[in-house]
Amino acid sequence: MSTCVDRLEGPGLPLRGDNIDTDRIIPARFLKAVTFDGLGDHVFEDDREALADHPFSNPAYQQAHVLFTNDNFGSGSSREHAPQALKRWGISACVGESFSEIFRGNSLAIGLPCVTVSHEDIERLMSVVEATPSARFTLVLSDRTLTVDGTSVSVGIEDSVRDAFLTGTWDATGMLLDDFDVVRGVASRVPYIRGF
Amino acid sequence: MGKTLLKKVWDLHAVRALPTGQTQLFIGLHLIHEVTTPQAFDMLRARGVGVAFPDRTFATTDHIIPTLDQARPFQDALAEEMLSALERNCAEYDIPFWNLDSERQGIVHVIGPELGLTQPGMTVACGDSHTSTHGALGAVAFGIGTSQVRDVLASQSLAFDPLKVRRIAVNGELARGVFAKDVVLEIIHRLGVKGGVGYAYEYGGTALDRMSIEERLTVCNMSIEGGARIGYVNPDETTFDYLRGRPFSPSGDAFDRAVSWWRSVASDADADYDDVVEIAASEIEPRVTWGINPGQSVGVSGRIPSTGAAGADGAVAEALDFMGLTEGAPIRGTKIDVAFVGSCTNSRLSDLREAARVAKGQRVAPHVKALVVPGSRAVLAAAEQEGLHQVFLDAGFEWRAAGCSMCLAMNPDKLDGQQVCASSSNRNFKGRQGSPTGRTLLMSPAMVAAAALAGEVTDVRDVLG
Ligand code: SF4
Repeated sequence: MSTCVDRLEGPGLPLRGDNIDTDRIIPARFLKAVTFDGLGDHVFEDDREALADHPFSNPAYQQAHVLFTNDNFGSGSSREHAPQALKRWGISACVGESFSEIFRGNSLAIGLPCVTVSHEDIERLMSVVEATPSARFTLVLSDRTLTVDGTSVSVGIEDSVRDAFLTGTWDATGMLLDDFDVVRGVASRVPYIRGF
Repeated sequence: MGKTLLKKVWDLHAVRALPTGQTQLFIGLHLIHEVTTPQAFDMLRARGVGVAFPDRTFATTDHIIPTLDQARPFQDALAEEMLSALERNCAEYDIPFWNLDSERQGIVHVIGPELGLTQPGMTVACGDSHTSTHGALGAVAFGIGTSQVRDVLASQSLAFDPLKVRRIAVNGELARGVFAKDVVLEIIHRLGVKGGVGYAYEYGGTALDRMSIEERLTVCNMSIEGGARIGYVNPDETTFDYLRGRPFSPSGDAFDRAVSWWRSVASDADADYDDVVEIAASEIEPRVTWGINPGQSVGVSGRIPSTGAAGADGAVAEALDFMGLTEGAPIRGTKIDVAFVGSCTNSRLSDLREAARVAKGQRVAPHVKALVVPGSRAVLAAAEQEGLHQVFLDAGFEWRAAGCSMCLAMNPDKLDGQQVCASSSNRNFKGRQGSPTGRTLLMSPAMVAAAALAGEVTDVRDVLG
């Protein structure tokens, strides 16, 4: 069983913009490798090239653990390389208005929580980081809260996903193999496997 | 109240309720390729776990392979390493692999249906977001990440949260020159690139009923561009006819038994949907994207939006800035440098026929580099049988070997600098076609061919006469 994930702490990084897709998080040319090693160095490589003061290049945010994003973050390709690259860069939690489904699922599978907050809250949280990059945020999944400077906002996360983090079953392999006879049972009743 | 196809397939494949509240779902068909799997196999090895059902996983190679010179070892050492890893992994775990020397090789989402591997009522998973394509045959098909590929290899199952179902009914007749690609671009434009988050899309209505399987594959392919991880069409006579006689389809009496089961998995007439959307087919024009996500499209007779228009936000300005387009200008007449007919959206025989119909007897504009890349070896062979390759070559298009090619440019086919590409693929994201500043205009294959000839975006309806 993998480790339980409940409380995550650290400074933030504000990344403004809706619909930031996985091709931007990690351009396809970095997928040409048989391991995930080294992906952290190439996070947002092309965006950083195009924009000198990109938040991921900004010295003020180099210690960040909590990534703040807007709407539909992580849309596009199913590449797990995207959350892998963020995690390897140093991000340990994503807080945004909304996430694409596959990105959120991939993040769960590697123990990186994605939680949602309202538009107003994300604006406020981003302003806090921009004003005080050293501000420390504390995300507590069991309480569904994100706290900074003694003020808490509530964050959204499905019960099942929260439970997976809290019980350490976000790495699902063990759980899926727990009762393998049942899997065989389903295989033997599915018409297209039985030969109709 | 009746049930949707999604619900019926879900119930049949549910292994058990997991302690987290998710459902453990049995995966009937697992497709793999070279890009998203090497790490998954390494994780299996690290845990000392084997592959549970090696006969339910099938492999091909598509993303990184060159479409010009396929001699091994590849010139690109990283690409060579990835293909070698897949070869080793398939050999070690006894997984069938259609490699470059196989007649069955091709883009994973083209060969699944073509071989009859994908069938109604199945659950299909693949480490690729366009797995939604396979829903065209009435399967429940979705993309997964690498850790989930590991899970499917290890357990032939996945932990999954339930989804809602939105029925999208497109009714009426499509006008001449309007294709399945235009239908799905219209849907994404109307419902937005995140409109489908949390939903499976069920496509129906008289326009979908009339579509061939290849056209339905195009529509389902782009479900993910609208945020829906799953898109499907209920199986019908068109589906059964398509599957008859394919290499992995049931044969003899089993085929008839299969058809009656396939019929039974279709959504009931009184099925309960979480949402219903209706679209009139007659309102749909050939569409072209002007921006940096697939929702940012306009009818070919329309204009590029203004940054000041109602509903326009910072996204319009950002997109126009990247694309170098002028706000308010007609999209028609936008100059292109490259034309690409290919990708799992539009590289099947019918797509190539439509493009060839436009190209026949014409010449590609001198400043345009034009490429036709069939989706599979089988499509390539069938197209050559009909002489389509000659039509393209005579018109000045390049005729390439099957693969993903310039759809995402993890191979030698890439845009250069700020080139503008008219493309029949599915994503116009910044940098998608290999150059960080390259620009993509998505459209139907016929529209791509028309743009290649004119050297600029043009209305295929004028060309078709
Ligand atoms: S053709 Fe493009 S979208 Fe389809 S599988 Fe290949 S890279 Fe992905």
